[in-house]
Amino acid sequence: MTDPIVRIENLKIALPEGADRPYAVDTCSFDLFPGKILCVVGESGSGKSMSANALMGLLPEGVHVSDGRIRLGERDLVGLTDEEMRDLRGRRVAMIFQEPLSALNPLMRIEDQIAEVFEAHGLLKPAERKKRAVELLTEVGLPDPARAARAYPHQLSGGQRQRVVIAMALALEPEVLVADEPTTALDVTTQAQILELIRTLQVERNMAVMFITHDFGVVAEIADHVTVMQLGKIVEEGPAAKVLSNPQHPYTRKLIDAIPKLRAGRAAAPAREPLMEVKGVSKTYRSGGGLFRPVREVHAVKDINLTIGRGETIGIVGESGSGKSSFGRCLVRLQDTDEGQILLGDQDITKAQGKDLQELRAKVQMIFQDPYSSLNPRIRVGRTIADGPIAHGTPVAQAMAEADALLERVGLPGAGKRYPHEFSGGQRQRIGIARALALKPQVIVADEAVSALDVSIQAQVLELLDELKRELDLSLVFITHDLRVAAQICDRVMVMQKGECVEIGPGSQVFDNPSHPYTRSLIEAIPGKDWDAEAA
Amino acid sequence: MSNFWTTFKGNKGAVVGLVILAIVLLASIFAPMLYTTSPWDMVNMPFMAPGVDSSVPLGTDTLGRDIASGLAHGAYISLLVGFVSTIVSLCIGIPLGAAAGYFGGWVDDVLMRITEFFQVIPSFAFAIVLVAIFEPSITSMIVAIAVVSWPPVARLLRGEVMSLKHREFIEAAELSGQSGFTIITRQILPNTISPVIVLASMMVATAILTESALSFMGLGDPNVMSWGYIIGAGRTVLQQAWWISFFPGVAILLTVLAFNLIGEGLNDALNPRLAKRRG
Repeated sequence: MTDPIVRIENLKIALPEGADRPYAVDTCSFDLFPGKILCVVGESGSGKSMSANALMGLLPEGVHVSDGRIRLGERDLVGLTDEEMRDLRGRRVAMIFQEPLSALNPLMRIEDQIAEVFEAHGLLKPAERKKRAVELLTEVGLPDPARAARAYPHQLSGGQRQRVVIAMALALEPEVLVADEPTTALDVTTQAQILELIRTLQVERNMAVMFITHDFGVVAEIADHVTVMQLGKIVEEGPAAKVLSNPQHPYTRKLIDAIPKLRAGRAAAPAREPLMEVKGVSKTYRSGGGLFRPVREVHAVKDINLTIGRGETIGIVGESGSGKSSFGRCLVRLQDTDEGQILLGDQDITKAQGKDLQELRAKVQMIFQDPYSSLNPRIRVGRTIADGPIAHGTPVAQAMAEADALLERVGLPGAGKRYPHEFSGGQRQRIGIARALALKPQVIVADEAVSALDVSIQAQVLELLDELKRELDLSLVFITHDLRVAAQICDRVMVMQKGECVEIGPGSQVFDNPSHPYTRSLIEAIPGKDWDAEAA
Repeated sequence: MSNFWTTFKGNKGAVVGLVILAIVLLASIFAPMLYTTSPWDMVNMPFMAPGVDSSVPLGTDTLGRDIASGLAHGAYISLLVGFVSTIVSLCIGIPLGAAAGYFGGWVDDVLMRITEFFQVIPSFAFAIVLVAIFEPSITSMIVAIAVVSWPPVARLLRGEVMSLKHREFIEAAELSGQSGFTIITRQILPNTISPVIVLASMMVATAILTESALSFMGLGDPNVMSWGYIIGAGRTVLQQAWWISFFPGVAILLTVLAFNLIGEGLNDALNPRLAKRRG
């Protein structure tokens, strides 16, 4: 076996005083080998990103390496001056970030941003830099690289931007590539392409890659070697195949078990009487339309028909821009529709006004995606939950008592007097569920309700939702980009593409025997699908 | 709260501002006790330079009135006008801005055109016109200052509300059936308080300046001693008796500076991320 290019030995990264633990990374050692991909896996707060930042010399203020060594070849990176580190960065170690949009300067053309990398290291002549930029863009597989080079970041799609970021990272032919959740912000099909690209480039250039991810599916797809981190410590490491098929540490097992499996979680429940009927709903966004520009029309939702039965869970899946969220917002009338009806009983929620709308909305509630912005930071959570019933005329004392009972039901007894910032993401999402239940709805629309959570927390929240749904006989409209999650909990699944419903049917049928090519491509793109099938 | 204090105390300027404000506040409270006679009374020779007679440490003006007494009594009027006119303009600006930002559409158009109407008139000239129309008095001065200074409040509130309106917790409140009024007052306004407090502290400073300028031009309340009036009275004799205009000028400078420093300190303390970046 060849020698490692990077050796991290007994690395300790100290957090500032008053943090929840003294070390972000506690005595961790791992090696990166040329031509190999090391996946560092863990949940948020496990210290996986910190160790990558330490390798790049990009630790945030107040955080420092207190012990251990980071050796790149013969050099120890700990204790290098900023200037020495700057020289190494980009030339020998490069990084790809999670959010390509914020990693690129919105006001600079792509070619200038790539040229800047050469400029920073004083390499090549200005004209050569631009030529090299186009070559790099060709190499990362951008269609029409010459045009992409002249484009601004907002003119490219998410996947194309990530390719640009990769091109920048590769510009100086580094020996080591650090990728911090580079595909988390992307759709599954794009994610599959980017993973493929990283894999190919890494083999061609014999680079060492440190790939940080929370997703075991991604690990199964590309890793040679896996390191599992929990609370700053390495709990398990080994060759990918071994860790995935035979995890030793209980934490690794827990993480792997928490991943929903891609097969229908249960047989579809017997159909019951319809509760909500969606008839031919359409929504078109119009924008622009100045003197010299044509009106831009986006058909967010196009002629959707759907019947939601009592007690049924319907999954709506699709990639970003498929209109699934717009459709969800139409269901609760956070968005007006252009055409069609959404009937609850004999009332049409798309037309209701004033008092009627208030009463209809009490029957259809929503759980939001972002656990951080969905709770008012200045209001105690008990009151946030009680606000709805109070607005509907429940006496304050009674509403507060009910809120406390709801909080207890979602597993947060006695939490009513506290403020949102005192809770973790998963706990906030439980509070969001309690709020949605406060008005005793018949239908709950959950818009990417678990996407922002770690897998283990995600599993708990899904379980809670499922329990509550049965207990209260609720219908659930579950909007998600994650097919595994949809497969696990949905009776029926509707697949959306560009505002249209391309396929709808029981989970078992859609996932095991998809009829539409788009559904097939979505399933095909799920990372770690083969490994999943083996485990099943 | 304790966190707020630590950050606020970390800003030395803000602490200095607070100390100056405390001195001005004490002066305005204790003026009637320290100087029992009216500040308009002639107590000594006219044109007495500071330090000559210990009974009038800051000298006397053209009519032999005690400048120190005038400063102490003037502090009260400066602070009163500063605070009350700011409160009045918040009372106009906050509801207008919040309504414009929350409802949008034609409500926003109408309210913002009205705001712009007030914004395009040079504010000091407008204030002079208003005071001249009414009888010069403390009330008319407060009204005039409030009327010219609310547009920035309305603009700030509109922006804050527009950015908060699309947050998920506001949408959740909408879904739970709360009325527009409840959502604005309970969900949105408490979240806009930090920038409003910072803006208000700066507005007090501007109001004090405007009040001084109005009094300087003789548009103040003729029965009330104010810093601007003393400067105006000493203007013609500036070369012979510099102290008449100098001391009230320093008082205005320090008070306005104090409010600006406090405003900055509040900004740091209420927007901790900003403070860290600066530090």
